[in-house]
Amino acid sequence: MAIFLTAESKVIVQGMTGSEGMKHTQRMLASGTQVVGGVNPRKAGAEVEFPGDVLVPVYGTVAEAMAATGADVSVLFVPPPFTKAAVMEAVDAGMPLVVIITEGVPVADTAEFFAYAQSKGTRLIGPNCPGLITPGQSNVGITPANITGPGKIGLVSKSGTLTYQMMFELRDLGFSTCVGIGGDPIVGTTHIDCLEAFENDPDTAAIVMIGEIGGDAEERAAAYIKEHVTKPVVGYVAGFEAPEGKTMGHAGAIVSGSVGTAAAKKEALEAAGVRVGTTPSETAALMREILTAS
Amino acid sequence: MDLYEYQARDMFEKHGVPVLPGIVAETPAEARAAAEQLGGVVVVKAQVKVGGRGKAGGVKVAKTPEEAGAYAEAILGMDIKGHTVHRVMIAAGAAIAEEFYFSVLLDRAERRYLAMCSVEGGMEIEQLAVERPDALARVAVDPLVGIDQAKAYEIVDEARFPADLRDAVADVIQKLWAVYKNEDATLVEVNPLVRTEDGSIIALDGKVTLDANADFRHEDHAALEDKAAADPLEAKAKHMNLNYVKLDGSVGIIGNGAGLVMSTLDVVAYAGREFGGQKPANFLDIGGGASAEVMANGLDVILHDPQVKSVFVNVFGGITSCVAVADGIVGALEALGDKATKPLVVRLDGNAVEDGRAILAHANHPLVTIVETMDGAAAKAAELAAAAA
Repeated sequence: MAIFLTAESKVIVQGMTGSEGMKHTQRMLASGTQVVGGVNPRKAGAEVEFPGDVLVPVYGTVAEAMAATGADVSVLFVPPPFTKAAVMEAVDAGMPLVVIITEGVPVADTAEFFAYAQSKGTRLIGPNCPGLITPGQSNVGITPANITGPGKIGLVSKSGTLTYQMMFELRDLGFSTCVGIGGDPIVGTTHIDCLEAFENDPDTAAIVMIGEIGGDAEERAAAYIKEHVTKPVVGYVAGFEAPEGKTMGHAGAIVSGSVGTAAAKKEALEAAGVRVGTTPSETAALMREILTAS
Repeated sequence: MDLYEYQARDMFEKHGVPVLPGIVAETPAEARAAAEQLGGVVVVKAQVKVGGRGKAGGVKVAKTPEEAGAYAEAILGMDIKGHTVHRVMIAAGAAIAEEFYFSVLLDRAERRYLAMCSVEGGMEIEQLAVERPDALARVAVDPLVGIDQAKAYEIVDEARFPADLRDAVADVIQKLWAVYKNEDATLVEVNPLVRTEDGSIIALDGKVTLDANADFRHEDHAALEDKAAADPLEAKAKHMNLNYVKLDGSVGIIGNGAGLVMSTLDVVAYAGREFGGQKPANFLDIGGGASAEVMANGLDVILHDPQVKSVFVNVFGGITSCVAVADGIVGALEALGDKATKPLVVRLDGNAVEDGRAILAHANHPLVTIVETMDGAAAKAAELAAAAA
């Protein structure tokens, strides 16, 4: 089962013919993802060759690509000035899932394309995210596919490298799906969306939730867990040492006043019955304890 | 990026928001000249990016240019909550009849915008929200529509403005929305928005935060950056396109990915408790897919921080190759030669980890220690920093 992404998912790449798009399309193909097309109006009709004699056709629009291939996922490697138009195009074409890897999208653009996607029923993941992987089935985005294999742990995280770190720590146990939701102030899919999906996914037995400073998404997730999640959840929050008013790499990672501190998030999660690790390895140990005890 | 009040004032004026004349001054003589130019009663206002300056003595009413000069002398150089005052704004005085509040900002949780407005302005908004929540109108703004005329009247009515002010305030709110929208702001706040005795609605103070991600479509925003106030190491790092924040501790940190680097700071501080309270000296994210050159630049910035006693390089190679990281470390140490004196603890995992570790082992540099786990490496870096202190 997994969440959002399975072996059956048919993926198109917006921005495939750019350097990042080419590099990661090759990686996605190598990890078994069904990449069925690319989109570039200036190269419509061409085919791009990838290692292993794989030919991926290029379409002029998302709508044409969907009609020709039955694609149900689009992943974007489109530079920030063009991201909004590319997302709007995918939403207009009726794409069910759009994954936006691009870092540096103006938040006003995200606010607009998120509102538009919501009104049309498209799920967005990102922007500024590594994408998602269902190990052994499909990999959309830039997550390394060789860290770990399939298993019963669901993972949701704002951060790419912390996702990789956690996958690595628990590589012997494996994961159902790992979703990097991104570190921007507005993201299309939240911790709560993923918690809900993992709760309903029979292949997921336990959930790791990784948060970081900024906003109150973790506090909201804690309240949601308390009410709706029956599966065990282990948490980790990064950013205890971050000073107020300084942005820590992610546009959304900023402590403003008393809002958004790591301590407040940890406290909220623990109050909801979530066991929170002090370090990534301690968090992994907590998850290991839960899965090996059951 | 947060703007200074005088920058916000100029931006408001550009979009037609009614403001009072104001002139920025960096010396008492300039302040005096500005007061002469404006004429009449003026207000000398400290320009700092922090609230509570009035209480700290950073805002004074001057009746003459001489008084304005004297107040500027007192205020310039003043420390307000850790912010040194480098400039004052000399603003024309106004006969204030009433004070109101307005702001529009990003609502992260609801993933849209939020307008807040009150006929009870002047006090800190956090205080108003707690003490008089009914007096603060909170109106959701759809990003696809923005604050059009209908929305502006909805805000004005929710805030319960009297009928004779509705039109004027709704007009100013739409102009403030133009600032928010057209400048790619994530916050526009006016506190106080005032009605003067002659009946005008004026933005008397302004706070604006701009979205750095939108800089590509605002060439003029680069000039708003306060280069003098930036930490020299932060300025150097920015010049090299590195994502760096200076902190106060002794362990220099380099890693890849914002989340992992934030986590590294925490793990170092946690391990540092065992070693006399060693803390991280900085945040430095070399990003995804970093080259050896980027790694070497990062190391160069950190080794020039006199507070740094040891360095912890923590990389999980996703796209980034551990070979590039190892090459960057070896290259930076070679370039520094005898000037490299600070110990480095390196933890590598992920993409090409064996090759990366082999490069470091082969170089066998006396300052470099390889530790396999993140927790173990953090403890080692803290121990070395404590030993060097």
